[in-house]
Amino acid sequence: MGDSMISIKNARKIFPSKQGELKAVDDVNLEIKEGEIFGVIGYSGAGKSTLIRMLNGLELPTEGSVTVAGRVISKIKGAELRKARQEISMIFQHFNLLWSRTVSENIAFPLEIAGVKGPQRKKRVAELIKLVGLEGRENAYPSQLSGGQKQRVGIARALANNPKVLLCDEATSALDPQTTDSILELLVDINKRLGLTIVLITHEMHVIRKICHQVAVMESGRVVELGPVLDVFKNPQQSITKRFVQQVSEPEETKETADHLLEHYHSGQIVQLTFIGESAEQPVISNVIRQHQVTVNILQGKISQTQNGSFGTLFIHIDGDEGEVKKAVDFIRSQQVGVEVVAND
Amino acid sequence: MIKEYIPNVDWLIMWQETKNTLYMTGISVLATFIIGTILGLLLFLTAKGNMWENKAINLVISAIVNIFRSIPFIILIVLLIPFTTFLVGSMIGEDAALPSLIIGAAPFYARMVEIGLREINKGVIEAAKSMGATTGTIIWKVLLPESMPALISGITVTAIALVGYTAMAGAIGAGGLGNLAYNYGFQRGQNDVTFVATVIILIIVFVIQIIGDIITSKLDKR
Repeated sequence: MGDSMISIKNARKIFPSKQGELKAVDDVNLEIKEGEIFGVIGYSGAGKSTLIRMLNGLELPTEGSVTVAGRVISKIKGAELRKARQEISMIFQHFNLLWSRTVSENIAFPLEIAGVKGPQRKKRVAELIKLVGLEGRENAYPSQLSGGQKQRVGIARALANNPKVLLCDEATSALDPQTTDSILELLVDINKRLGLTIVLITHEMHVIRKICHQVAVMESGRVVELGPVLDVFKNPQQSITKRFVQQVSEPEETKETADHLLEHYHSGQIVQLTFIGESAEQPVISNVIRQHQVTVNILQGKISQTQNGSFGTLFIHIDGDEGEVKKAVDFIRSQQVGVEVVAND
Repeated sequence: MIKEYIPNVDWLIMWQETKNTLYMTGISVLATFIIGTILGLLLFLTAKGNMWENKAINLVISAIVNIFRSIPFIILIVLLIPFTTFLVGSMIGEDAALPSLIIGAAPFYARMVEIGLREINKGVIEAAKSMGATTGTIIWKVLLPESMPALISGITVTAIALVGYTAMAGAIGAGGLGNLAYNYGFQRGQNDVTFVATVIILIIVFVIQIIGDIITSKLDKR
């Protein structure tokens, strides 16, 4: 990962509305490095759409500056802005393909805009079709494709002019989970192979978990939390971030399960362990049992992979002599594992 | 045998007037398509939130379109007589009918074009912008192709209306099947001429509709 590719400084976007001013983006500062996959997460209305559209000049900041690949996007206009946009492509939630064109013709569109001539254009389109795995569908129309295939066309189209930055506007939100995963894998593959900087906005934490290196959490126009994905997962500060982290770390039924277990087990303690990075690969539980006179019952667990390490949660029930249980918990705590005792409430 | 039922029909004249009707319809449809598309594009592009947003121009074009669309065609012909005489040099004949036909139909078609353009997914236009497309490219490669089925079905409806307009223009001396039906059928009481002219007009209308439907369904890949 190299130099700064994108730099947003004190960006503000204010829309006049009937109820007064609407601050869609409020004093945002971000630095995104070359080759990074940067995720912005937030609920709808948090301002992430407006923010990503500032990166290719579809929205202009009311205040502040936006620099992408050495160009001040918030200042340039006309031909210069159009030229810059060929280096900053975008893919969309609803794909936005031209229904009147075939797969090949859709992918050729940005090449036509860039003035790439016939035979060269054809060659490039063939390369791109292969890159996104759409061989055999060249002459199909978008209406004949599945959602995942449409997004592959979108990605091929976005890569046509060898951009430096790829903006993903909720690119997987209209897809089913399996297709989402295959599209995310394709994005990681492109990021690694082409060294492309990717900025994506989403409301789904598992998208961030799966592919992002850095994450910014947005709430009512502000970036409220920012950092490497694993750090944010390990130690979420804001309540909104905690909620997002729970989306992937805790299955929906966890709370119910815990309540249910607390009713059943009157002795001992129910403990939630959080594993980050390398600690996820340590035999912590075995060591606890070997070194302490306790019984351990594993209730529920999950380990997720992120781009900078693994991340997991485990619910266990530790039973035995009260003093031993306490010692066991302290031991786990000393192992760089997050420990939270689930109490009766 | 047929001669018994339609004694007054002179097929040579009938064919000549059919050609005149087709000529007036053909030229006016072509001109309406071009002028209406341009006006429709202007209406769309100058509307709020679009690329050439301009309230004043939008209001002016909108007003012109609404006014000409509202004037009954037979009155429009009379109103345009000085303009036609200046432009064509005469107020009689097929060419003299063209200005009123086009001015009567283009605003009507412009509204259909505008509706067709509004139905284009805004996201597709945004995508083209994000690729660095100029407004010209967006017009030629996004707006027109993506709305083409609507433009073609619109021009089909307009062409059929224009066949009717040519018949009205015939009443004031433009020639064509309408003129034939009026002169022979109405003024001389030869109902068989009116009947045959009507059948031919119906055939023209059906053929236009069929061609329009075929092209529309061929173009529509949605």
